[in-house]
Amino acid sequence: MSQEIIGPGYTYASVTDKISSIVLSRKMTLGWLFGFGVAFMLVMLLLYSITYLFLEGIGIWGVNVPVGWGFAIINFVWWIGIGHAGTLISAILLLLKQEWRTSINRFAEAMTLFAVACAGLFPLLHLGRPWFAYWLIPYPSTMGIWPQFRSPLVWDVFAVSTYGTVSLLFWFVGLIPDLATLRDRSSSRIGRVVYGILAMGWRGSAIHWHRYDTAYLLLAGLATPLVVSVHTVVSFDFAISILPGWHTTIFPPYFVAGAIYSGFAMVMVLAIPIRAVYGLQDFITMRHLQNMAKVMLATGLIVAYGYLMETFMSWYSAERYDRFMTVNRVLGPYGPVYWALILMNIIVPQALWFKRVRTNVLLLFLVAIAVNIGMWLERFVIVVTSLHRDFLPSSWSMYYPTFWDWSTFIGTIGLFVALLFLFIRFLPMISIFEMRTLVPKSEGD
Amino acid sequence: MNKDAPIYGLLAEFAEPEALLEAVRRARAAGYRRMDAYTPFPVEHLAEELGFHHTALPVIVLIGGLIGCGGGLLLQYWISAVDYPLNIGGRPLNSWPAFIPVTFELTILVAALSAVLGMLGLNGLPMPYHSLFNSPRFALASRNRFFLCIEASDRQFNREATAKFLSELKPAGVSEVAE
Repeated sequence: MSQEIIGPGYTYASVTDKISSIVLSRKMTLGWLFGFGVAFMLVMLLLYSITYLFLEGIGIWGVNVPVGWGFAIINFVWWIGIGHAGTLISAILLLLKQEWRTSINRFAEAMTLFAVACAGLFPLLHLGRPWFAYWLIPYPSTMGIWPQFRSPLVWDVFAVSTYGTVSLLFWFVGLIPDLATLRDRSSSRIGRVVYGILAMGWRGSAIHWHRYDTAYLLLAGLATPLVVSVHTVVSFDFAISILPGWHTTIFPPYFVAGAIYSGFAMVMVLAIPIRAVYGLQDFITMRHLQNMAKVMLATGLIVAYGYLMETFMSWYSAERYDRFMTVNRVLGPYGPVYWALILMNIIVPQALWFKRVRTNVLLLFLVAIAVNIGMWLERFVIVVTSLHRDFLPSSWSMYYPTFWDWSTFIGTIGLFVALLFLFIRFLPMISIFEMRTLVPKSEGD
Repeated sequence: MNKDAPIYGLLAEFAEPEALLEAVRRARAAGYRRMDAYTPFPVEHLAEELGFHHTALPVIVLIGGLIGCGGGLLLQYWISAVDYPLNIGGRPLNSWPAFIPVTFELTILVAALSAVLGMLGLNGLPMPYHSLFNSPRFALASRNRFFLCIEASDRQFNREATAKFLSELKPAGVSEVAE
């Protein structure tokens, strides 16, 4: 049973009914209201923090010379990395014909979308004058000026906005047939109208399916190099600079691996409670959790290799600033953060080698949480320790996050969770039509 | 339904995709052309059995990607070397390697947009009204039933004869779809 990707005894009808009933007929529970309420309050905290930021400027954060990039960039990289697992699950595993992706791809894609939304906020907030954010887009302005295309920060604008758009398209295209199911099965007039408009008159015609499959496959093929390019461009923000600790060629591959690593950890953090609360153990089986644990283990090892090579190269380069940076990163004032990162990101996940851990839902959940914290600490270490010791000791300084740093970060977690709660309530969190194709595998038991 | 009212077509309902595939095969052999099958998930070879082999979609996506690629590169070249030349660290104005990331992203963006809009456009979606939705059974096409609809516009279509033909295919039911 634990090796199956769908429980026994399901038919086309029962798969459809089970997933659509979560949206259509399940009563709003106290638990949902409570969870959404807490997340909603955090969204209010986020709005409050942003309002204060707009009134006062980024001086309310802990950033100053020389640490000009603080939480905003750490959180940006962390969030966008989390998004990558969604695209990986939906696109790369589709191209590799990994059928086990079917029950987790929908909410992994939703997770991507919401994570990109949270990520996209931070560079805008960090602009100082966010009302001029549109200057980043090339348009014929009356001022006669244009963006500077040799800057990785401009590349970022294109990478992240393309990523957000393509993720949205991919997610929406995947939803169309399921929206048609909800339209046909909804008993309320509002439901029929709203889902009907969103389904755009989908009828499931064989010829439409043919084009649909082609479009979906092409989108997957386009999203695969895209996801690799996005975190590569994000790493260019650092790697293109000449700062010790940032100026290294290993950044692009190790950023991409770290992104997938943290993303799978986040999918795990979300999937484990969701399958328990909504009774979806037959659709998100232990096989799914085990496979994700294995992906985490593999990408975690790539990340560990990245740390190792970073350290090795700073010694091997014989470059005094680089060597100082590494020693300072490990033993300096932020040393404990570095060791916490090694513990969370490298040591704890080694538990996934053991099948007993991979088959224990609670332990998996804890390891996934540790990885998410570890990956956040990684970005903290990269951003802060590289900046806080400038070339001249007279400009050395420490960076301490303020209340507003934390409130903005926690606020985006609230935004992420609130959007997920709404998604689970109003849209099918598992792709119904793709689950139907697995029904033949459900027979026989 | 009024017996003389014009109808859109005849709808046969099947419980399994294999039965539908067989029905489509036999309907093609009997000479019917204006028909379509409706299923709750993509059924392999069904479109081919209906006589639909190639879609223009890949070509549309390729053209979209080329427009994104060429347009992106040209835009950056024109901005950086012609309209607004800036000396950045003594690099040449047309420092094309620095333009590759944005060119790549725009290639993907335009190609993805053409894939989705092309698919919707070729499928004629959004289509708020369609005669098939008049059939009360048709809601099951998005749940667990597989349908074959022979349209009244087919040259060979005859209300009685086609209905008789369809019922010989051992469907779970045959019904008329109001125009």
